[in-house]
Amino acid sequence: MVPCNYRAQDDEESWVEVPRTLGCLLQSSLQSNMLGPWCSPTGSPAPLSCETGCGEGTWILVCRLLVPTQVSLLSMEEDIDTRKINNSFLRDHSYATEADIISTVEFNHTGELLATGDKGGRVVIFQREQESKNQVHRRGEYNVYSTFQSHEPEFDYLKSLEIEEKINKIRWLPQQNAAYFLLSTNDKTVKLWKVSERDKRPEGYNLKDEEGRLRDPATITTLRVPVLRPMDLMVEATPRRVFANAHTYHINSISVNSDYETYMSADDLRINLWNFEITNQSFNIVDIKPANMEELTEVITAAEFHPHHCNTFVYSSSKGTIRLCDMRASALCDRHTKFFEEPEDPSNRSFFSEIISSISDVKFSHSGRCIMTRDYLTVKVWDLNMENRPVETYQVHDYLRSKLCSLYENDCIFDKFECVWNGSDSVIMTGSYNNFFRMFDRNTKRDVTLEASRENSKPRAILKPRKVCVGGKRRKDEISVDSLDFSKKILHTAWHPSENIIAVAATNNLYIFQDKVN
Amino acid sequence: MAGVAGPATGSGAAGGDGDDSLYPIAVLIDELRNEDVQLRLNSIKKLSTIALALGVERTRTELLPFLTDTIYDEDEVLLALAEQLGNFTGLVGGPDFAHCLLPPLESLATVEETVVRDKAVESLRQISQEHTPVALEAHFVPLVKRLASGDWFTSRTSACGLFSVCYPRASIAVKGEIRQYFRSLCSDDTPMVRRAAASKLGEFAKVLELDSVKSEIVPLFTNLASDEQDSVRLLAVEACVSIAQLLSQDDIEALVMPTLRQAAEDKSWRVRYMVADKFSELQKAVGPKITLNDLIPAFQNLLKDCEAEVRAAAAHKVKELCENLPMEGRETMIMNQILPYIKELVSDTNQHVKSALASVIMGLSTILGKENTIEHLLPLFLAQLKDECPEVRLNIISNLDCVNEVIGIRQLSQSLLPAIVELAEDAKWRVRLAIIEYMPLLAGQLGVEFFDEKLNSLCMAWLVDHVYAIREAATNNLMKLVQKFGTEWAQNTIVPKVLVMANDPNYLHRMTTLFCINALSEACGQEITTKQMLPIVLKMAGDQVANVRFNVAKSLQKIGPILDTDALQEEVKPVLQKLGQDEDMDVKYFAQEAISAVAQRLRKLDFPVKDSEEPSAPGADKNHFLRPRGPGEDTGKVLPLISRHKETEWLEWLPRRQQRQPSLGVQVQPRDQHISCT
Repeated sequence: MVPCNYRAQDDEESWVEVPRTLGCLLQSSLQSNMLGPWCSPTGSPAPLSCETGCGEGTWILVCRLLVPTQVSLLSMEEDIDTRKINNSFLRDHSYATEADIISTVEFNHTGELLATGDKGGRVVIFQREQESKNQVHRRGEYNVYSTFQSHEPEFDYLKSLEIEEKINKIRWLPQQNAAYFLLSTNDKTVKLWKVSERDKRPEGYNLKDEEGRLRDPATITTLRVPVLRPMDLMVEATPRRVFANAHTYHINSISVNSDYETYMSADDLRINLWNFEITNQSFNIVDIKPANMEELTEVITAAEFHPHHCNTFVYSSSKGTIRLCDMRASALCDRHTKFFEEPEDPSNRSFFSEIISSISDVKFSHSGRCIMTRDYLTVKVWDLNMENRPVETYQVHDYLRSKLCSLYENDCIFDKFECVWNGSDSVIMTGSYNNFFRMFDRNTKRDVTLEASRENSKPRAILKPRKVCVGGKRRKDEISVDSLDFSKKILHTAWHPSENIIAVAATNNLYIFQDKVN
Repeated sequence: MAGVAGPATGSGAAGGDGDDSLYPIAVLIDELRNEDVQLRLNSIKKLSTIALALGVERTRTELLPFLTDTIYDEDEVLLALAEQLGNFTGLVGGPDFAHCLLPPLESLATVEETVVRDKAVESLRQISQEHTPVALEAHFVPLVKRLASGDWFTSRTSACGLFSVCYPRASIAVKGEIRQYFRSLCSDDTPMVRRAAASKLGEFAKVLELDSVKSEIVPLFTNLASDEQDSVRLLAVEACVSIAQLLSQDDIEALVMPTLRQAAEDKSWRVRYMVADKFSELQKAVGPKITLNDLIPAFQNLLKDCEAEVRAAAAHKVKELCENLPMEGRETMIMNQILPYIKELVSDTNQHVKSALASVIMGLSTILGKENTIEHLLPLFLAQLKDECPEVRLNIISNLDCVNEVIGIRQLSQSLLPAIVELAEDAKWRVRLAIIEYMPLLAGQLGVEFFDEKLNSLCMAWLVDHVYAIREAATNNLMKLVQKFGTEWAQNTIVPKVLVMANDPNYLHRMTTLFCINALSEACGQEITTKQMLPIVLKMAGDQVANVRFNVAKSLQKIGPILDTDALQEEVKPVLQKLGQDEDMDVKYFAQEAISAVAQRLRKLDFPVKDSEEPSAPGADKNHFLRPRGPGEDTGKVLPLISRHKETEWLEWLPRRQQRQPSLGVQVQPRDQHISCT
């Protein structure tokens, strides 16, 4: 991989502060009809603190980042000076190609770095700008730190299958030395990348002079040992391990174990366990492939390790169920320890029931006490000790229930929305259509819809809560269900591990929002 | 300034023509940062030459600072560097300056790659021995402390391996500090560090005073053994062995056994697996008394554990456990306490457990003696010989020699034969391959008569197997049999059958004849080769398939050394010359090769100058890539779980070319027709 030293420059753009507050809007966005089926969370609600609990607080745009297009990447390698010109490409939507669509977003464990993967197989890492006195407002801004091509399109000649380069997931490893490590995966192959900085380079040759001309060997009378001199910071990404050839089906998730030495990769029917040091063997821990593929009724949609217990992991299925397995009990985890399933409501039964109940993402809370699942219309929070129903259910976009037919026809019903917790597990966030994304405060039961769009979000602008109109009369500031743009969807979001900073991927744009309080 | 000041050696010594001797060193130094990894690696491997040329002073002040910052390189370069620095003391000015080597090794001890880190730690341990006690406290101990309190866990894991080397030579006050640092690493936040500490616990305990072991190590051990991470707990089992070795029986009982008992019943199968895997070591460490009271019941539990991996690991240890029991009362104890469990394992549901047992069960016969073997073990052997899983049967067959010594193989032959026949015809070629490899052994134990009667036909059938690897193994097998049974036997039983195949309609079988001749000629000697084999080979030079023809050339080259000059001159040479004019390029090529080899030999025979090496056939090993990889390529780093990945059948050997005239009425078996069109 060509090392790439690149930071996006936004200096030429003026940042406008928009001093407005929109306090009252939140109350109106509370929809009373959504409160009905909720169960109150176990335990008393924690006092809401500004630092961590303000899911429904005022959010401002910190920056909008575009993953550099292929065009600009190429010229960057040729000449670093041209990158300012290329920055104009970055702002131009017409350059967004299919390959630039962001397919995953992930903060590292400190939140200082943010990685995105795209359909073109590239990984772009953003670094948080350090606070400086003269540019207070730029605190929290993220700039490009490193860009590299993680996966290339391939062709499996034995099976006559094309393997896309699209990055399905990125997971950071706990930091072990000055370098950063991350796992990236496409459909078939997981790679371990090292991203490291270099700020010194050796100088002084024996056989060449300073200009690189060869010296006459006869003139060499003393030996010179090279000396290291400081140079401009260079960030280089190097592939450390390639974990290949273990998946017959498409990998949908990877998850790093809390023991720091293993991780798992899950495809549609199997989950494999890997050791970071060993690439030539992995262990199959779950296999739900029936002997006869015609009997196949469900697939694995996502899997994750418990954040603290190295022996526990969960995986979700297309039937809307979650299984929790204990690796201590047995080497093969085909039999689950816990099985989370909510009995179906017969009144809501329809042709689409099974499709919309498929779980697209599963996430352990940071505390490890709860799991959150996202299906097509809702986000559910499950207590690990209660298997028969979720403790909380949040409607993400219930107004789409009447439009399932057309969503089925345009394939949107199969979209895989992800969901994330905030640092203190008190707020959850997930995406929707029309570049909307939703936040739910678990303690206050308030929720908010926000929009990540280019048109109405100047830097530092305060995000205006959005509302979708259900029913007849459309009020001002509301948008009707029929005018939602289903091609603009927010599938991937990420929340800073300790602060109220979120990253929202909308096609090839990455929006970073921050709670106003900060 | 004269750059060269090292001790007088041939290469680096400064002299009047200094330029000449400096140039290669200058190249080596420049190549330390060449773009080509191989050149960098090469330079690093000659680091001692560079250091010698620079002299101790410049090595200390210039080379080592440069190397300290060269940690951006490829792993293999760093690994070589770490290794080199371990032997560098002499090159920096002797033990007084050994501490100069610490900075580069310190930075290598923090890289993420485990092998590099481990090597750096190894070199540091080596260097620590060269420090004087004063220097050790002035330089080495501070380094250990720095690593142990480093921000990143890579440095803290490296520190774990250094405590035991500096502890014995440190003063009392420093010893206390070192223990303190080790204690804090044992309760580190990251499992990586706790694992490193747990794996070095035993080693550290060995250098500690007995009192400290009891007062400090044992509590640490107890804590690690109840760590929340499975991966830490299982390492405590290993530490258990070393700690138990240091303590008296009473102390073991009081301090170690509670933890060990707990580990043997741990909730996690991986910990129980570790207990099973380390059982022999544990048994030796705790002594016979505790073994009888505690370990045997624990072992019984492991043998009927609910997890197959654990049962398999325990089954592997059955023989060693029995061997290590005290002689007195051993037999009764095995019969009463172990055998009943073994009997159950023979019909285990998991094939890996059964095959683990099958690999050791035969060893019990020597321990139990003839009568018990016949009465109790034989039924088990027979049951395993009939097992549905080929691996189990193979394991039994591969260990036949143990039983042979005690009761003789004849007892088994009734069941043995069907088992062998079945394996010989197994659908999986790897199974067939495995049994072929045991054939020479079996032949030796069963004797010529039995072999001729029952097994010979099998050996010949393998020659026409449709998998190349099997045919290849079968030819080698024949060679070994001939070595065992002698040339006369070969002439009567093997050679005629092999030679008949030269007329087989399938060209692959005709080629097998040639391969057999290659393998057998040496074992059979000149007479048989010249009289029986050579005419057939020469006849095959007219074969219509080019593959056969060029293999004829290769065969002639191979058997050339065995033939006498007359045959070479009069029979081989004309045929080779004809092949040399062949229309096919490859045939021509191999014929030329053979001609020059034969010519060389003829010259040598005419003018015997000296008996140098015979020309080797360059193309003889053309198919080396078809050989299957060894089944047990174990990296030895993770627990050997049973992988569920199925092995795919190796691709059959594809002939390189098509027959030119398929219309000649030659019948070719359909499976051999993966041939590209021309």
